[in-house]
Amino acid sequence: MSAKNPGIMVDPELSGKRFQLSRYIHLKKDTAPERVANGIYFENPVFMLALGMCPTLATTTSVTNAIGMGLSTTVILIMSNLFISLLRGIIPDRMRMPSYIVIIASFVTIVDFLMEGFTPAMYESLGVYIPLIVVNCIIMGRAEAYAGKHGPLSAVADGVGMGIGFTIALIVVAAVRELLGSGSLAGVRVMPDSYEPINIFVLAPGAFLVLAVFVAIMNRLHIGAPRRGDDWDPTGRFVCGDCASCPRVNGCSGKPAAETSGSREGRG
Amino acid sequence: MNSKLQVSASPHTRGMVTTNKIMYLVLAALAPACVMGVLAFGLHALLILAVSTASAVLSEYLYEKLLHKKITIRDGSAAVTGLLIGMNMPPQIDAWIPCLGSVFAIIVIKQLYGGLGQNFMNPALGARCFLLISFAGKMTTFSSGHGLMKIVTKVPATTDALSGATPLAYLKTGATFDLSALLVGNIQGCIGEVSAIAILAGGIFLLAMKIIRIRIPGTYLGCFALLTLITAIARGYDAPVLYTLEQLCAGGLMLGAWFMATDYVTSPITPVGQIVFGCALGFLTWVFRLIGSGAEGVSYSIIFMNLLVPVIEHYTRPVAAGMVRQSRENRRLMKQNRAQARRLKAAGKEEKDA
Repeated sequence: MSAKNPGIMVDPELSGKRFQLSRYIHLKKDTAPERVANGIYFENPVFMLALGMCPTLATTTSVTNAIGMGLSTTVILIMSNLFISLLRGIIPDRMRMPSYIVIIASFVTIVDFLMEGFTPAMYESLGVYIPLIVVNCIIMGRAEAYAGKHGPLSAVADGVGMGIGFTIALIVVAAVRELLGSGSLAGVRVMPDSYEPINIFVLAPGAFLVLAVFVAIMNRLHIGAPRRGDDWDPTGRFVCGDCASCPRVNGCSGKPAAETSGSREGRG
Repeated sequence: MNSKLQVSASPHTRGMVTTNKIMYLVLAALAPACVMGVLAFGLHALLILAVSTASAVLSEYLYEKLLHKKITIRDGSAAVTGLLIGMNMPPQIDAWIPCLGSVFAIIVIKQLYGGLGQNFMNPALGARCFLLISFAGKMTTFSSGHGLMKIVTKVPATTDALSGATPLAYLKTGATFDLSALLVGNIQGCIGEVSAIAILAGGIFLLAMKIIRIRIPGTYLGCFALLTLITAIARGYDAPVLYTLEQLCAGGLMLGAWFMATDYVTSPITPVGQIVFGCALGFLTWVFRLIGSGAEGVSYSIIFMNLLVPVIEHYTRPVAAGMVRQSRENRRLMKQNRAQARRLKAAGKEEKDA
């Protein structure tokens, strides 16, 4: 695998020993299962792309908050992906950013009001982070990188995958933080009474510590996995090779994903 | 071939000072303060010092063993970190708390960033702040001691419910304390910071052995004393000079100034930078102690300034031998030249396009 992969420096001894999911799963590009797998593992928005850091750090103080944040983002992501994909022929290229924001903001407003009406407790504890989904990098990033270029079915599948990936990442980070920082999970005390909660984990520094450890684990698993030129390409869009139909061929640097670092243009 | 002619790469002469030697001298310099702490608070304090040092050394050993790295516990740096953590603990604390602090300091702050010489903040202080945030209650309750010395409890217990009746909490109100108690160490506080004289002795020992220079502790204490004196006069305290002296001797300021701010890894190496660093530390500690709501702020000041060390070093880099420092005029001209070159290039490009 790495013989065909001259662009990326990988220690051949190490890469053979590492766990590579793509060795076992071969999926056709742009099909629904491939998009979902991509969102959950290969391009996990939090651990792989480092997108949506703000809600990840702020709302993972408890598992309950993480589930609420993850699911509301997922719903908005699916709906905005669907509509952006449906409208991609109408939206002029120059005006795509404002149009995307209008679409995303509409769905955020709907979810915001629904949550205020039906889950007031959750709405209270998430606070400003629900309206802030409008500027969530994951949603803008998927609109820009995927939904605006692909058909509605794969765009919805992409939204589902990214949403689930985001939710899982939030729950995992929140579980560690809540367990160490308050000795409970989803509000239920699980640690013995003698356990002294390490407060720092529910505060901001703990969020950075836990997130860093998970990103390190994911990097460890992922470095050495096949990328460019392999039979399956997990970061496909920058090396699509389909320049004839690409609307942004002029601005494209044409570099492989490893050098342009995925969709970091929308980081925030 | 002439065996007297050896060809080798520089450096050709080496000093006798090694990391080992420095670290063991620092340990020796810390000893008087530890002895005073144990005298004041009894055997439990000794247990805490031992546990924190041992767990720091052990966690360094285990980390390096598991990751197949070179074992560096013999250089003594982990022992210094562990001992400093122990000295920063209240005397009656459960022994697992300094143990957790040592593991955090060595593994997260030191080893994950690349080991000795690579850490961006003082590991002992990082661990202290980690514990202070996590276990605020336990870390700020100070027992009145079970040691050989009689602890002075002249301080009324009602001054500050949160931080107990430490001298600092008392000084916060503007009143003065018994200075001799602060110097000798029969007061409430952390194990290693009770006796100002013992810490000062250690600091002077390090100065005499040329392990540290006066620049950082001198400017730190001087700047803090000056600001405190001005504040004390401005606020109309009864004895401004005594008040300033007691602010200098109370709390972790002495320990921080002599042993933590002077850590080679996390302080600037340029002479001017060290002076800037010391003055900024003095200013920050003054802000935390006399302006802010808390009584103590040495550890936060030092780790805050640790983060700014690369910036300080960048702006205080000395000019290399034989080079001339660029004058402002010269820099302006160079900037103009670059801008003109860019304009010419752009004009050329436009012509080509046309």
